Amino acid sequence: MANGSIIQVRDLAAGYADAVILKDVNFEVSVGEIFAILGGSGSGKTTLLRCMIGLLKPLRGAVVIDGTDLVSAEGEERLNVLRKIGVAYQNGALFGSMSVLTNVSLPLEEFTDLPREAIEMIAQMKLKAVGLQAAAYKMPSELSGGMRKRAAIARALAMDPKILFLDEPSAGLDPVTSAQIDGLILDLSHDLQITFVIVTHELPSIFTVADRAIMVDKDAKTIIAAGKPQELRDHSDNPVVRQFFHRAVGKPALT
Amino acid sequence: MMSSESLLRPDVMEDTDKATFDLQQGEKGQARLILRGRLDRDTTASIWQPSTHELRRVRFPRLIVEASAVVYCEGSGIALLTEYKHIQEEHRGQIEIRDLRPEFQRLMRLFETDRLVSPPKRPGPIRGPIRGVGEWAAGLIYDSIAGISFTGEISLKLFRTLLHPRVLRWKDTLIIAEKAGANAVGITGLLGFLIGTILAFQTVAAMRQFGAEVYVADLVVIVLFRELGPLFTAFLLTSRSASAFAAELGTMKVNEEVDALVTMGLDPVQFLVLPRLVAVLCIIPLLTVFNQLLGLIGCGLVMSTWNVPATIYLDRIRNAATLTDFFGGLAKTFVFGALVAGVGCLRGLQTRTGPTAVGDSTTRAVVSGMIAIIAADGVFAVVYYYLGI
Repeated sequence: MANGSIIQVRDLAAGYADAVILKDVNFEVSVGEIFAILGGSGSGKTTLLRCMIGLLKPLRGAVVIDGTDLVSAEGEERLNVLRKIGVAYQNGALFGSMSVLTNVSLPLEEFTDLPREAIEMIAQMKLKAVGLQAAAYKMPSELSGGMRKRAAIARALAMDPKILFLDEPSAGLDPVTSAQIDGLILDLSHDLQITFVIVTHELPSIFTVADRAIMVDKDAKTIIAAGKPQELRDHSDNPVVRQFFHRAVGKPALT
Repeated sequence: MMSSESLLRPDVMEDTDKATFDLQQGEKGQARLILRGRLDRDTTASIWQPSTHELRRVRFPRLIVEASAVVYCEGSGIALLTEYKHIQEEHRGQIEIRDLRPEFQRLMRLFETDRLVSPPKRPGPIRGPIRGVGEWAAGLIYDSIAGISFTGEISLKLFRTLLHPRVLRWKDTLIIAEKAGANAVGITGLLGFLIGTILAFQTVAAMRQFGAEVYVADLVVIVLFRELGPLFTAFLLTSRSASAFAAELGTMKVNEEVDALVTMGLDPVQFLVLPRLVAVLCIIPLLTVFNQLLGLIGCGLVMSTWNVPATIYLDRIRNAATLTDFFGGLAKTFVFGALVAGVGCLRGLQTRTGPTAVGDSTTRAVVSGMIAIIAADGVFAVVYYYLGI
């Protein structure tokens, strides 16, 4: 394992059926880093995320998480890797028939021997950390979009993961709520030393939270840029990257 | 200075892969709780109950938690420390947490909560049932009003469509008719065949005792034409198509597709309900006839095994059943069809939000569809009796 890296993606190719969406994808994520995966719509960001969290088997390559290749791991070994990660999905993916508190409690109830009151205490603490303790007994349908995303983060935090994957955490939110989510990510990163992998195309969030980023492209089907967001914005020669960061319209010919 | 009288000393070990605690009582009701090892979700579970139980039992006025030997702490460990605080607050005792590592203190600041939010109060044992009955009655009234209103609306729009057939989306109607009708031919035929077979089997043995087995044909044909053919076909359509209509329209409602129709100026009833209604009204009599035909074949098969010649069987059918029986049964199917499509679509359009909403609508469509069909059949029985049909 490389020094200080907790995730290594090696020679990854991914896709569905006969369509290759990504190929030759190589990158590493360091411990405690906030790492962003950028790209336009349909570029394969979410496909890459799904490979990294074990929902999609890559066509080839490896996704090594904390020393274990998730692609080849099976049984207990795979479960051990999955218990080290938490995932907050784009629309929250909260279980609609359960209260917010039960959503957060569920992994603790299933995977620990903690007594009932301990589980409730932990779940309320996680909700407090995301500013949702008052909504503990509400149903997901009673929450706003931003609250749903925060509840999803609380659920992802339930098992104290080492790595948190967030799919479009700020998408579709107003600027204030979006800034709150960004603040929450920074707080969790600072206080819990969690490694974040964030899939996003929200420019303000990228510059606020991300330590490092890669950008994938639909046409190239691979990573076309990697580095600090500010560097990518100011110094990249790639027209697609420049167009992305400068919000240009039309053909990517702005060099 | 505290004495070292140990109250509980479970598994005091130097093993840092486990969590241990040592509760020592000092002077003037003071106590010292020494935590050691890892406080993760597995190890915390092992000391949660014994340590909190002891603190609740003894009620120390002052508790000092020594945390210098805690080598690892995550959310569950912070929850345990918070629980100690809450226990002390419950009986107005003091608590001091000493020497917790800075990284764990940061965790504590992030997660610690002063109080737990309580679940909302539920109505008591008397108010609960009263409220339940009230809600049920209100729901029944609302449902009845909605049903009457919806019936009026679709009747009016169906009448308009009959006057101006071009307003109907015929392409959608044909696709629905194919799915609800043509694709259901096999199962309808099988159901009819089985009904005919079972009816014949159940009755032929008893009738034979009186040498009247040929009259089984009379019974089966009349029952199939007047009652079971239309009724079972309608049940089949309710379970197969009314549920599908409710699910389709319910999903559209949840996805705001129905709202999109309204804002585009399109009438959801005209656009979504009428094609389904017309499709079902067209296919249900055909399916019923098919069901009855296969029922008679099934009955004939059983009769042949009891040595009743086919010519006699066909002759009995011709003599027993009249066109009134046949068309009287078919007349019912139009009402049943309207109920199947109407109830399915109404439940779909009544779908609320939430992941269970579509499932609830589907269930309600099937249940209320079945009840409506049986109720309508009862009305037909009375009307036909007075009309002498």
